[in-house]
Amino acid sequence: MNESAEIGLLVLAIAAGTPVVYAAVGEILAERAGVLNLGVQGMMLVGAVAGFWAVFTVESLWLGVLLSLIVGAAAAAIHAFNSITLRVNQIVSGLALTIFGTGLSTFIGRAGETQLAGEPAPKSFEPLLTGGLADIPLIGPLVFGHDILVYLSWLLVAATSYYIFRTKPGLALRAVGEDPPSAESAGIDVAKVRYIHVLVGGALAGLGGAYISLALVPSWTDEPIGQAGWIAIALVILASWRPWRALFAAYLFGAAGQLNFYLQTQGVDIPSNLLAMLPFVLAILAMLVLASGERARKLGAPAALAIPYSREQR
Amino acid sequence: MRGINKSFYGVKANDDVDFDLGVGEVHALLGENGAGKSTMCSVLAGLYRPDSGEILLDGEPVAFGSPKDALAAGVGMVYQHFRLVMNFTVAENLALGHPDVPTRLSEKDLVAKAHELGDRYDFPVDPNAYVWQLSVGQQQRVEILKLLYREARVLILDEPTAVLTPQEGEALFRTMRLMAEDGRSLIFVSHKLNEVKAVSDRVTVFRDGRVVGSADTVDATPKDLARMMVGRDLDLPKRSGSADRGAVVLSVRDLAVNDDRGLEGLRGVSIDIRQGEVVGIAGVAGNGQRELTHAIAGLRAPTAGTVELGGKDVTSRTVAHRIDAGLAYVPQSRLGVGLASGLTAEENLALKGYRKPPYAKGRLLDQDVFKSRGDKLIDDFDVRGVRPGLPVRLLSGGNLQKVLFAREVSQDHIVLMARSPTRGLDVGATEQVRNQILAERDAGIGVLLVSEDLDELLSLSDRILVFYEGKVVGEFSAEEATPEEIGLLMAGHTEEGAA
Repeated sequence: MNESAEIGLLVLAIAAGTPVVYAAVGEILAERAGVLNLGVQGMMLVGAVAGFWAVFTVESLWLGVLLSLIVGAAAAAIHAFNSITLRVNQIVSGLALTIFGTGLSTFIGRAGETQLAGEPAPKSFEPLLTGGLADIPLIGPLVFGHDILVYLSWLLVAATSYYIFRTKPGLALRAVGEDPPSAESAGIDVAKVRYIHVLVGGALAGLGGAYISLALVPSWTDEPIGQAGWIAIALVILASWRPWRALFAAYLFGAAGQLNFYLQTQGVDIPSNLLAMLPFVLAILAMLVLASGERARKLGAPAALAIPYSREQR
Repeated sequence: MRGINKSFYGVKANDDVDFDLGVGEVHALLGENGAGKSTMCSVLAGLYRPDSGEILLDGEPVAFGSPKDALAAGVGMVYQHFRLVMNFTVAENLALGHPDVPTRLSEKDLVAKAHELGDRYDFPVDPNAYVWQLSVGQQQRVEILKLLYREARVLILDEPTAVLTPQEGEALFRTMRLMAEDGRSLIFVSHKLNEVKAVSDRVTVFRDGRVVGSADTVDATPKDLARMMVGRDLDLPKRSGSADRGAVVLSVRDLAVNDDRGLEGLRGVSIDIRQGEVVGIAGVAGNGQRELTHAIAGLRAPTAGTVELGGKDVTSRTVAHRIDAGLAYVPQSRLGVGLASGLTAEENLALKGYRKPPYAKGRLLDQDVFKSRGDKLIDDFDVRGVRPGLPVRLLSGGNLQKVLFAREVSQDHIVLMARSPTRGLDVGATEQVRNQILAERDAGIGVLLVSEDLDELLSLSDRILVFYEGKVVGEFSAEEATPEEIGLLMAGHTEEGAA
């Protein structure tokens, strides 16, 4: 019994970490291009509500996935336009996007005839395999016990890591985040690279949000994602802007969240609020690092992160 | 290039410029700052579009919309500020944006290609090294390799030697000759006549946006070229024997100072400067010059040693105290450290004396004195472009330096400390600054001159000290100093000859 409780904890940790994996990989792409997007929380929320709306009204999970990608990218487009074309302060624009996304998702959740709030989803993503491989002790549930979006996230992490470090467009991406004037003079369109990666990053954040409403907690409440968006931003720093590290950091965060329940079942007497706080302490520490330019630099932050690029100001 | 015209805000930067470049030729462009050399190069490299005129490449007219177009046609430029990603390896920088590099990067191929090009032009660099680990000279090699890797046939080098030691400059010239022998054409922008003589086949001189003449380098004498550049004969600064040396006015004893990273930037240096003496400090930037001048000026506290001005220990005194004790300081950074960029020239001129009469009347400032003294200094020092209310940052580099010099030498002082005083100035302004330094010397001021320009040090200094890694590694009198010896010491070779 005891062993299965621990495995159950790990399986839940992976599930709880998956939305953060998607959002963090998306943020890594944007930040590698030199654009800090603090709108992750907002983009995840609009993705979550779009996904839930699709499954609630037309009962299609995959339409929900598609819609969350589109809506996430659309939300990111606001930030991209602000920070790349208008060159406004990226922190301000990102925070505004989060406030906007939070309000919009709550509004849609409660508005008019749809009335999503409080409703359970008619369908959700279920574990892909049951029985057979999934029944192997220990590794069965850990490796084979997940739904398809978890496997897609593993694929995404592997592909993104290869893309960033081993391909020519990945090289261009890193150059744009490190040194836009040099990239420009090497014939790279800095604005285009930034737009593409901010939009793709937004789409992934949207999908991360939808994972919550389509698989993790298949129902609608106001702000269903907790503070997953902020956690994702913190994990990007913790992971030194590397996808694989972000994956494991996200699972660690998932585990920290689940530890709360686990310890209660084990009869350990620690105030649950204290444990629930743990991930956010982590997030605040990560933000402190981000605020100190020099320390962030040492951890591998892109040198041009959050600095608008203007061709005329060479 | 035929009849190139290019204007910026109504000012003609290129006025009907014609220019021919032969295959396998090293063609030098000479001219003062703002004479139009860089504008012509930028037009050729696709950075600017000409207002009129045409570019013919192998007889065919071409139009470059961007540096990318120019590079695709085989025309590439090495800018003064390198376009390298510091956090990338050499190989990654070579691959960046290269059209023929496959989508999947192969580290092995990139490294092999870098080695091949480096060997062919006697230009070794480690392809796996990160650019930030390389010296400035090596970084410049990477820039040139980037162009060679893209098979550029026309290479434009914009003042490439400004950042090099004499030895690195020699190595660059060898490579330039090798590239020319290989059938590539090079444009070499410079304002140093001896370099132009050393490396180029032809030379074209610019003045005020126009081409004033072209010649085969062997036929051109330095004196002719200088006259073409400036439009008149130059009075080369001449030291008049040794001036009367008086008492020691600045004495630095065993001074040790930390740099920005908290490491020892200056490690136990002693210098004495007497009245009427110019002491030059030679060295590649970053070998303790900054720490020395900052410690003397009072901008940085030393960890050991003393600084004496006019016989009084000022090691732990404030900046204001040192100014009162007779220290005039022309820092390297004219805006920021030297001048307040948002204030007018008149206000800047009063910046060190405003606490005392005549500027101050009790607690108030006398605006009329600001104006009258300011106007007089602006007149005396021939500062141009000053208008009432104009922030000083909008003046040209030469005029900024004049304002700074005017303020520093117009107050009572016994020591003048100047760092890279002619950097970025054109020939005319450089001449004025150098003559002023010599005038100071002849007036009995002790001058500490820190410069990366060896010719400047050799022509102005009575003594030259060479800095390397925060220490004095050599001392020469004006008569015995040679650029070769100083260059070797600057590069870290000891006098015994060991590397």
